[in-house]
Amino acid sequence: MTTSTTLGRRVSYRFSWVGMIGFTIILFWAVIALLAPHIIPYPVGEIIDDDYFGPISSKLLLGSDYLGRDMFSRIIMGARYTVGISLAAVCLACFSGAALGMAAAVIGGWFDTLLSRLLDALNSIPSKLSGLVVAAAVGSSLPVLIIMLAVIYTPGAYRFARSLAVNVNTMDYITVARTRGEGIPYVVFSEILPNITGPLLADFGIRFVFIVLLLSGLSFLGLGVQPPYADWGALVHENIGGLPFGAPAVIVPSLAIASLTISVNLLIDNLPKKIRDRSA
Amino acid sequence: MRTYVLGLITNRLGSSALTLLIVSFAVFFATAMLPGDTATILLGQAATPEAVAGLRAAMHLDEPAFLRFGRWLIGLLQGDLGTSYVNNLPVAQLIGARFVNTMRLAGIVTLFAVPLSLTLGITAAMFRGSVYDRIVTVLTIGIISVPEFMIATSAVLLFSVYLKWLPALSFTSDVTSFWQVLKIYAMPVFTLTFVVSAQMIRMTRAAVIDTINTPYVEAAILKGASRWRAVLLHALPNAVGPIANAIALSLSYLVGGVIIVETIFNYPGVAKLMVDGVSTRDLPLIQSCAIIFCVGYLALITFADIVAILANPRVR
Repeated sequence: MTTSTTLGRRVSYRFSWVGMIGFTIILFWAVIALLAPHIIPYPVGEIIDDDYFGPISSKLLLGSDYLGRDMFSRIIMGARYTVGISLAAVCLACFSGAALGMAAAVIGGWFDTLLSRLLDALNSIPSKLSGLVVAAAVGSSLPVLIIMLAVIYTPGAYRFARSLAVNVNTMDYITVARTRGEGIPYVVFSEILPNITGPLLADFGIRFVFIVLLLSGLSFLGLGVQPPYADWGALVHENIGGLPFGAPAVIVPSLAIASLTISVNLLIDNLPKKIRDRSA
Repeated sequence: MRTYVLGLITNRLGSSALTLLIVSFAVFFATAMLPGDTATILLGQAATPEAVAGLRAAMHLDEPAFLRFGRWLIGLLQGDLGTSYVNNLPVAQLIGARFVNTMRLAGIVTLFAVPLSLTLGITAAMFRGSVYDRIVTVLTIGIISVPEFMIATSAVLLFSVYLKWLPALSFTSDVTSFWQVLKIYAMPVFTLTFVVSAQMIRMTRAAVIDTINTPYVEAAILKGASRWRAVLLHALPNAVGPIANAIALSLSYLVGGVIIVETIFNYPGVAKLMVDGVSTRDLPLIQSCAIIFCVGYLALITFADIVAILANPRVR
């Protein structure tokens, strides 16, 4: 992802170095999430330790949780839910947001005005609030969570894609394409999309971070991923009783979230400018 | 010229009102239209069909959705927030005192966060690229990247588990001295200030850098003005609008932060009430709390936009 360019070798090398660390950590969690069932030393539901909130030991790498289950296994399995749900939601959000945004920019007129108005209004509902309202109304099964997160972050993706597409839309080659008689789908996907892919990908990463944070926050409130499944936020929620003892069961899932989100931010901040800012 | 500014402001207020209408529509439909029949939920699985039908009629659930939305909205405008499903008390009564608590928490945080962030944001922009700027940037990115509950739990770990200065996760109402009030508020305020300031510093820094990069500030520096003078006297007056926007947008992170902080520290505010309402599926309560937060958020944004309009000499 972080291809170093020949221009300004020294600078780009230093930039990529931080980005590479971020990329490595993201790759690490992706592999963990994929291979989770084959890595875990103990089944996630099984009570291993007689003691609850046990300390780190050679048998239990990250101690035990509030029931005496192995934290190491639970965090590895938690990666599946945190990464999986967020990834599914961010794909949906960015795809629908970008498609609508580009279409609005190309079609313009009433379609653009109405859609922008509506989505901007929805965007002004704080994200956690929408999460609470939906969780109250329909509960929080995994599909509901994914769709809810996607819907909450679609307006933001729409706005970003639209603002990029509006700039491209004024280019001469778009006018040429239109004069040639090309339809809207062709203009959107063959003329506009290739010119804004880089910034859209960066936006994809930023939105992924937002979604991970919102999902973790909801799970932390007990309104996100429900038992028997547990993502990292839910792990903090169920083990919050161990906080006064400084148990690893509370601290480690938080660190896992932080490592993932900070890595994505690092990677995006250090993407070569050519990818990140190519908007015209 | 005056009428022009007034026109702009009226325009802005009108668009906020329209947004609020769409938002309340969305909140109402999310809670009222989605699957799960309220009457059945209230009466439980064992209820007779007659009882369910009777309750549906009594609650106007059998009417068309638009009529119910209108009825609900008119009730809201008249200050009637409905009746809680769970304990049959008026929602307004449940929210009343807690609203004051939440506003107090938000007020204290604002008092700390705004001066802190303005100072750090503006100085970081002035010394862009220096070690100081890098430290500020890295810290703020770090704080933005982690969930709010992590900052809260870290604060608890640091101040009550390791240092043993403050009580952990307990919000007792029996306060006798000023010192105790201070102890109780310390951690919620500390956490929220962290969350909000990180955003505010970043946005303020970006806003000031945008203005510093303009030719007229460069001209001021070339004519020999000191860095302080160029930034404070030349750049800052033009950055007031963007900075007001930055402050309002970051204060809106208070909404998300307050939900987490009130829950984790057991603070008796509106957000805690709402989270509890979600677990009991108390829809009238949730609708009202959601509307309160949305109104607060919109009011902040609108206020900032009006400040930006007034601060812009080109329209004044």
